[in-house]
Amino acid sequence: MPSPSITIQQRKTVSRRHRRLNDKTLAFLLITPPVLFLLLFTLYPILRVFWMSLHQISVSQPWLGTPFVGLDNYAEAMKDTRFWHSTGFTLAFSLVTVVFEIGFGLFLAIIANKTFPFRSFVRAAILFPWALPTVTNALTWRWMYNSDYGLFNGLLMQWGWIAKPINWLGSTDLAFIAVCIVAIWKTSSFMAIILLGGLQSIGHDIYEAAHIDGASRTQAFFLITLPLLKNVFLVALVLRTMHSLQAFDLMFGLTQGGPGNSTESLPMYIHTKAFIDLEWGYGSALGVLLFVIIFAISMLYLKFLYEPE
Amino acid sequence: MTRYSNINKIIFFMTITALIILSFFPLYWLFISSLKPSDQLFSMPPKLFTLTPTLKHYAAAFHTQPLALYYWNSTVVACITLVITLILGCMIAYPVARLTFRGKSAVLMLVVATSMFPAMTMVLPIFSALRDIGLLNSFIGLGVTHAAFSLPMVVWLLSALFKEVPMELEDAALIDGYNRLQAFLKIMLPLAAPAMATASILVFVNSWNEFLFSFTLMSEAGKRTLPVGIMMFPGEFEFPWATISAAIVVSVVPLVLVILLFQKQVVQGLTNGAVKG
Repeated sequence: MPSPSITIQQRKTVSRRHRRLNDKTLAFLLITPPVLFLLLFTLYPILRVFWMSLHQISVSQPWLGTPFVGLDNYAEAMKDTRFWHSTGFTLAFSLVTVVFEIGFGLFLAIIANKTFPFRSFVRAAILFPWALPTVTNALTWRWMYNSDYGLFNGLLMQWGWIAKPINWLGSTDLAFIAVCIVAIWKTSSFMAIILLGGLQSIGHDIYEAAHIDGASRTQAFFLITLPLLKNVFLVALVLRTMHSLQAFDLMFGLTQGGPGNSTESLPMYIHTKAFIDLEWGYGSALGVLLFVIIFAISMLYLKFLYEPE
Repeated sequence: MTRYSNINKIIFFMTITALIILSFFPLYWLFISSLKPSDQLFSMPPKLFTLTPTLKHYAAAFHTQPLALYYWNSTVVACITLVITLILGCMIAYPVARLTFRGKSAVLMLVVATSMFPAMTMVLPIFSALRDIGLLNSFIGLGVTHAAFSLPMVVWLLSALFKEVPMELEDAALIDGYNRLQAFLKIMLPLAAPAMATASILVFVNSWNEFLFSFTLMSEAGKRTLPVGIMMFPGEFEFPWATISAAIVVSVVPLVLVILLFQKQVVQGLTNGAVKG
C-alpha cells in the first residue's frame, strides 16, 4: 500500500511539469498578438518613413511618380536654412525649458512633500496645468498675451508699469520667452510629480541620522537629498528633453510658428512639409533627422550621467 | 523661537497660495471670460470677475459649432483606446511578470522602444499606412494609434503590480483545479483593479488630450476630437474668444473631475511609471 505522501509528491511533480510546459505555450499565445501590434506601430512605420525619405514623393504632383533619389532629401535638408533655424529653435527651447522645469519642479516637489492641511488639494492644483490639453492651454495663454485686449497688458497698464501695450507674441525675442513661459508653467508640474516620487522613497531615518551627526538642513539637502535623487533626475531629464524636442502643440496653438518663422519648432516644420506642402519624401527625411537628434541626445545623457548602481 | 516659526509658516502658506493661484489662474480667467457679457469681454482694464454672468457663450459654443459632436468623438476614441490598451496591456504584463519564457527581455525592449520614437516621425508613415487600408477618419484607426502609444505605460504599471501579488495565491488556485486563465481572471484581476483604475485614468487623459494624431488622422470636420475641434474654432479673420473660452471650459470638465477625484491615483501612476520603470 503506497504511502499517501508519495502520491501527493508525484502529483505535485506531474502538475508542475505539466504547468511549466503550459507556461511557455501560454506566454507565447498571450505575448504574440500585442507584440505584433507594437511592431506594427514602431518597426513598420520607422522602416516605412526611412524608405519614403529615400524617394521623391510629392503628393500634390502625382504625375512625377515616386522616383528613388537616394540621400538627396537629406542633402537638401543640410542646405535648408529653415531646417537649421527650426532645429536651432527646438534645441534652444528645450534647453531653456528643461533647466527651468527642473528647478521649479524640484521646488514644487519639496513643497508637496511636506505635511500640511489640504495637501491633497494642493497636489491636485499642481497637477492642473499638466492635465489639460496643451493646445487649449496655448489658446488660453494666447488670449492673455494678446496685445490689444489681453490680460497682461491690461494689468500692467492699469498698474502703470508700462505706458503702451507690449506686443508679446509679435516680436522675435518676446515670442520665444512667451512660448518658454507657457511650456515651463505647463510641465513643471509633471517634473514635480516625478521628483516627488523620488523624495517619497527617501526614508526619514537617514535625515534623523544626519541631524544627530550635526548636519544642517541645507547640508542634508545637498549631501543627502540631491545625490539620492540622481537617478530620478536622470529619468525626468531624459523624458522631458525628449518631449520638448517634440514640441508641436504648444507653438501651433500659441504662435503658429510666428512672427515670421521665429518660433517654428522642427516638428512644426515637418508637419508643414508633410501635411501642408505634401512633400512626403522630404518630410520623411526631416522626420528621420528628428529621430536621429532625439536618439543622439538621449544616448549622450545616458553615457555621461547614468551610473549603474 | 515661536515667532520665528510663525513667520516661516506664514511664508510657507503664502508660497502655497501663490502656487495655487499660478496653477489655476489661466483656467479661472477662461471661466470668468466665458461668463462675461460681450461688452465686458474686451474692457480695459480687464475685470477679474463679473457681476452679470451670462450663459450666452455656452449656448453659442453648442449652436455655432458642433461641440456636442466633438465631445462624442473624443469619448468614443478614448473608450476604444482604453479597451485595447487594457486588454493588450494585461496580455503583455501578465507573462512578463509571472511566466518564464525566452525573449522576455526582447519584449521589454520593444515596449520601451515604443515610447522612444518621436510622434512627429511616426505620424506620416502611420498616416499613409492607414490611408492605404482606408482607416483615415475612422475612430478605430485613431483609437488603435492612441492605444499603441499608451501601451508602454500600462504595461509598466500592470507588470509592477502583478509581480507584487504573492505566488502562493495563484498556486493555491491552480491546485484547486483552476486553469491559468481562470486563476488570472479570479485572482489576479480583482487584485489588479486599483492599478487598472490608475492606468485607465492616465490612458483616458492621454487620449482625451492628444493633438497631433487626432489632428492629422481625422481631417473630416465631423470626426474631430475636442482639442482639435476647439483649435479649429477660429474663423478666417476673427477670433471668437468668448465662444472658445466657453468651449474650453466645457471640454476640460471631465479632466478637472478626474484630477480632483483621483489625484492620488494619478500621482501614484506617474511616479510608479517613471521611478520604477
